[in-house]
Amino acid sequence: MSNTQEFEKAAAASPTTVAEFASHDTSLVKRLQHGLHQTPWAVPAIVLAGSILVFGLLLGQKFFSPFALTLILQQVQIVGILGVAQSLVILTAGIDLSVGAIMVLSSVVMGLVSFRYGLPTEIAVLAGIACGTLCGYINGFLVAVMKLPPFIVTLGMWQIVLATNFLYSANETIRAQDIADQAPLLQFFGNKIAVGGAIFTYGVIFLVLLVLVMAYALKQTAWGRHVYAVGDDPEAAELAGVQVKRTLISVYMLSGLVCAFAGWALIGRIGSVSPTSGQLGNIESITAVVIGGISLFGGRGSILGMLFGALIVGVFSLGLRLLGADAQWTYLLIGVLIIAAVTVDQWIRKVSV
Amino acid sequence: MSKSTFKTALLAAAALGAMAASAPAFAASHGVGACLITKTDTNPFFVKMKEGAEAKAAELGVSLKSYAGKVDGDHETQVAAIETCIADGAKGILLTASDTSSIVSAVKQARDAGLVVIALDTPLDPIDAADATFATDNFLAGELIGKWAAATLGAEAANARIAMLDLGVNQPTVGVLRDQGFLTGFGIDVKDPSKWGDEDDPRIVGNDVTAGNEEGGRKAMENLLAVDPMINVVYTINEPAAAGAYEALKAIGRAGDVLIVSVDGGCPGVANVKDGVIGATSQQYPLLMASLGIEAIAAWAKDGTKPAPTEGKDFFDTGVSLVTDKPADGVESISVAEGMDRCWG
Repeated sequence: MSNTQEFEKAAAASPTTVAEFASHDTSLVKRLQHGLHQTPWAVPAIVLAGSILVFGLLLGQKFFSPFALTLILQQVQIVGILGVAQSLVILTAGIDLSVGAIMVLSSVVMGLVSFRYGLPTEIAVLAGIACGTLCGYINGFLVAVMKLPPFIVTLGMWQIVLATNFLYSANETIRAQDIADQAPLLQFFGNKIAVGGAIFTYGVIFLVLLVLVMAYALKQTAWGRHVYAVGDDPEAAELAGVQVKRTLISVYMLSGLVCAFAGWALIGRIGSVSPTSGQLGNIESITAVVIGGISLFGGRGSILGMLFGALIVGVFSLGLRLLGADAQWTYLLIGVLIIAAVTVDQWIRKVSV
Repeated sequence: MSKSTFKTALLAAAALGAMAASAPAFAASHGVGACLITKTDTNPFFVKMKEGAEAKAAELGVSLKSYAGKVDGDHETQVAAIETCIADGAKGILLTASDTSSIVSAVKQARDAGLVVIALDTPLDPIDAADATFATDNFLAGELIGKWAAATLGAEAANARIAMLDLGVNQPTVGVLRDQGFLTGFGIDVKDPSKWGDEDDPRIVGNDVTAGNEEGGRKAMENLLAVDPMINVVYTINEPAAAGAYEALKAIGRAGDVLIVSVDGGCPGVANVKDGVIGATSQQYPLLMASLGIEAIAAWAKDGTKPAPTEGKDFFDTGVSLVTDKPADGVESISVAEGMDRCWG
C-alpha cells in the first residue's frame, strides 16, 4: 500500500483513543449514580448487609447464629432458583408468570413417573426436567415466533400448566415417607452438609452454584451478551447480527429447565410431592428480581442482585418473625421495598439518558 | 355499534332468554334437581364430597350438577353458580362458601325462589342464613387433639413448649375453632375465643401461618424453631401442614421427640399417623356431609321438611373421631386401621 490515495491521509490525523462519554458533572451524587449503573447488584447488597446488621443488633445471638443465617438460605432456595429463571426472562424485557406452575408440574411428573408408572427414579427425574424444558419452549415459541406479548403468553401458560397439574395428579400428595423408601433420589436436594451449627442443603449449594454459573454465562459468553442486547433493543440487536428469535427461545427454554430443577429441589425441601405447592412462585420470584435491581424494562441488572433480593425478603421474614411481629408486617415492608427498588432503578436509568 | 352487530346481539339475548325460560321445565321433567357448589374442585376434601353427593344422588334419582370456584376465595364464581341453579329450577343447593358473609344475599335470593340451601363444612355468617348446616364440629376436633396431647404428656404438660401452626393471617373461622379447641383441650386459657394469638400462656412459643400446605408448614415450623429449638408439642391446622412441620423437625434431628397433632383424616394423613409422623389426628367426614345433604334436598322436594340441627348445637354435627394408635386415658379414639377404612382423599 505504498501509493496511498490522497484522501486517506486525513485518517492518520484522527484520534486513536476509543470514544467515551465525557462526564461533565463529577459531583458525589453523579458518581454514585454512575457507579450504581455499572454495578447493579450494589444497592441490594447494601440493603441486605444493612438489614442483617439491624436484625442482628435487635435480636443478637438468636439471629446472628450460623443456624438462623443458613436457615434463611434454606427458606429462600426455591424462590432463588425460580428467580434465576425469572431473571433470564426479565433481562429480555419479558416476564414469566408461569415459573411456579412449571416448577410444580415438573415435580408432579417426577413423582408420578416413579410412583404411578413404577419407572426408575433416574428416568422420572429426566421426564420432569424434559417437561419443564418443553413448557419453556412453548413459552419461547409463542413469544419469539408468534410474536405474542410475554405477559399474555405466560399468563395463559400459568393457567394451562396449573390446570394440567391438577388434572394429571388428581391433587394427590405423594408422602415423604414413601419417597424416602422407594425413590430417595427425588429428595436429593434435601441432603445436607452441617458445618458446626450451619446447615447447607444440596438445594442451597445448587442455588449458589447456579447463580454463579449464570452470572458468568451472562457476562462472559456471546450468548449472555446477546441476551442483554435483545432485552435492551431487539431491533438494534437484530441489525448487529444477533439471532433474536433463537436467543429468545433459548432463554425461555433455559428458564423452563431451571424451573424443573426448582421442582426437584422443592421435593427435597418439603419431602413430599404436593400439587398445591408453589402457587405464589411467580409473584415471589418477580419480587426477588425487582428488589434485586433487575430492570423490568430489560437489558439491565445482574443475577447476583436477584439472589440478594431473595435474601433480603428472607431476612425480613425471619427477622420479623423472631421479633414476634404479625406476619402482615412482613408483606407491608416487602411492598415498600419493591416500590423503593423500582424508584432507585428509575433514578439510575437517568444516567444513560 | 353497527346495525348487523346490534341484530346479532338482540338475537343472542333472545336465545339466552329462551334457554333460561326452558331450563327449569327441562330440569323438572327429570325429577329433583340439586346443585353442589364447592370452594374448589382440586382439594381432595371437596373431591370426596362430590363423590359422596354423586353416589347418593344416583341412588335417590336426583339429578346433580356440580360447580366450583377456581381457587379458594373465588366468591364471584360461587354467586354465578347460585344464580345458574335458580335459573335451572333446582330444588336445593349444597354450598361450601368461600366468603361466608358476602354470599348471604345470593343465598337469600335462592331461598326466596323456593330452594333449600344447605351449608356443608363451612357455616355461613350468620349461620342461620342457610336452611341447615352439615359440618364437623371444628372446636371439638381441636379439643380432642388437645386433650390427647395433654394426657400423653402427663405431668410434663405443665412444662410443654407449644408451636401453633395456623391457617392464615385473616383467621378463617375453621382455623380459629380448631386452634382454640386445641388450647382448651390442652388446658390453656384462650382469652377471646373468636381469634387466635391473644393468649399469654408462657407454654405457647408462638403462632405462625401455613396456608394449609407442606411448604407453609415447613417454613412456619422453622421460624418457630428459631424462636425456641426445644418445642415439643406442635398443633397443625391440617395434615399437609403437619407433614411439612415434620420435615423441618427431621432436618434438625428432632423428628422422634416431638408430639405433632392435626385435624382432617385424609388418607395420606392417617398413613402419617401410622408411620408415627403425626401422633393423633381428628378425622372428619366430607362424604357423610354430602350424602346427608342430598337426602335433605330429596326430603324437601318431597314434602317440604327441613333437616333439624343436632341437639344443643346450631348445626347438624357430622361427627369427628380421634385417630391414633397410642390411645390416651380419658380420650375416646379409634385405631389407625379403622381411620384408614373411613379416610378420604
